[in-house]
Amino acid sequence: METFDWIAIGAKSAFLVVVLLQVVPIMVWIERRGSALMQNRLGPNRVGPLGILQSLADVVKFFWKEDPIPGHVVPFYYVLAPIVSVVPAFMTFAVIPFASSINIDGHILNFQVAELNVGLLYVFSVASLGVYGVIMGGWASNNKYAMMGSLRSSSQMISYELSMGLSVIGIIMTFSSVKLGDIARQQGEVLTHFGPILVSEALQIPKWGIFTQPIGFLIFLVATFAETNRLPFDLPEGESELVAGYHLEYGAMKFALFMMAEYLNMLTASGLIATLFFGGWQLLPGMGLALHGVQNFFQMSDILGEWLRILFEMMSFSIKVGFFMWFYVWVRWTLPRFRYDQLMDLGWKVMLPLSLANILVTGVFIYYGWI
Amino acid sequence: MLVNKKKGILQEFYLVEIAKGLLITIKNMFFARKVTIQYPEERRDYSDRFRGVHYIKATNGVENCTACMLCPTVCPAECIHIEAGERPDKEKYPVKFEIDLLRCCFCGMCEEACPKDAIKLSTIYEMSTTHREVFDKSFLLEQRGGK
Repeated sequence: METFDWIAIGAKSAFLVVVLLQVVPIMVWIERRGSALMQNRLGPNRVGPLGILQSLADVVKFFWKEDPIPGHVVPFYYVLAPIVSVVPAFMTFAVIPFASSINIDGHILNFQVAELNVGLLYVFSVASLGVYGVIMGGWASNNKYAMMGSLRSSSQMISYELSMGLSVIGIIMTFSSVKLGDIARQQGEVLTHFGPILVSEALQIPKWGIFTQPIGFLIFLVATFAETNRLPFDLPEGESELVAGYHLEYGAMKFALFMMAEYLNMLTASGLIATLFFGGWQLLPGMGLALHGVQNFFQMSDILGEWLRILFEMMSFSIKVGFFMWFYVWVRWTLPRFRYDQLMDLGWKVMLPLSLANILVTGVFIYYGWI
Repeated sequence: MLVNKKKGILQEFYLVEIAKGLLITIKNMFFARKVTIQYPEERRDYSDRFRGVHYIKATNGVENCTACMLCPTVCPAECIHIEAGERPDKEKYPVKFEIDLLRCCFCGMCEEACPKDAIKLSTIYEMSTTHREVFDKSFLLEQRGGK
């Protein structure tokens, strides 16, 4: 490792951590305002312009709250649980590329904190660590509701992680790589085959995952909802049944950490959806033209133009991720919570066979060279 | 009641229905009238018969109350405490007139029982305080509202 690499990794990590920490309060605000508007209310609109500082006020409140450890819990695991759930939430985003690469004095700088050769596998392995925090928190709380919540969480994770992993295999087969950087890069190519149908080159449809793997996308989308414990799969914290589920006995900053983990998981899931199925940092239609326009208009030098391209790619990635973050909120206020047996039915009887069939079909398509 | 709805193939598939639901929520978000009343600036309109903070009606600066003790008698919460006295012109009047707000249930029976039209419940509903409130006579003599 050269000095350049060390500096680059440090800068990228710092940038990403800061961005992730900013996304959480903004997302909480968006969720509260969005859900209020959907329910014909107004939501928090007092603190700061449009109430955007509400989350900041909440954080201050969380910090100054008394932080007691109830007498009936197992203190060690009780304290450990929020940490265990928040750390993997931060770690997963490391392999997701948020822009392509840039050449600085012969050094190639990839906009991805860790370029692991196991890419996607790393995401799945670390993301499934997060459930330990949930189980630990529920179990250590020594409370029947918290216990029920964590039990449900673990069974839900097991049933949905399976179809989630299997749905991505189609993508891995199509792009023959598990590196998220490679997958994102290959999605910039032009789609020539849509199944057995030939697509004319003139249409310039990008080879995004959604076009090559529509079924895989649907399964992955539903499975991420279950993985992040969001409605309609929020059984681990179903308020009407389990009071608050696994974080029932938590207060102050420990509770805030659980919340943060939930939102970070949402962010990672949206990032994954964008990277695997919507071309990651590939520019959205129209942005390429805008980029060239701006570059020509200001007569930019090569390196400045390159940095502008990176900025545009980050913007494109953020728009895609933002849309899916919004989608989580949107779905939350549209669908009611599943009953427990319905959840299991959907997971094992629908999603799992469907994802297996998807792999088979993808294999056939690849054999005939249709993708 | 069990209703057997006939489901078409699209309803069974569920995804189309979810898309329809998403449209409904987004329509509500952007176009529906918001029902929130932004409290300090906007207020809900209450009827004139609303029973809020008490006051004792006064004519020419003298309270109508003659300390007849009908209101503490009728009061189901026993929150009214009156000590009667005598004016120089031999008329009875309340020396002390206290209402324990923590006990009061705002039933309005004192208002009904009063033969002199003295005790009244106004339409004011903002009563939150930082201490345990007992209304004394000087507070009650403030005229709040035209009942």
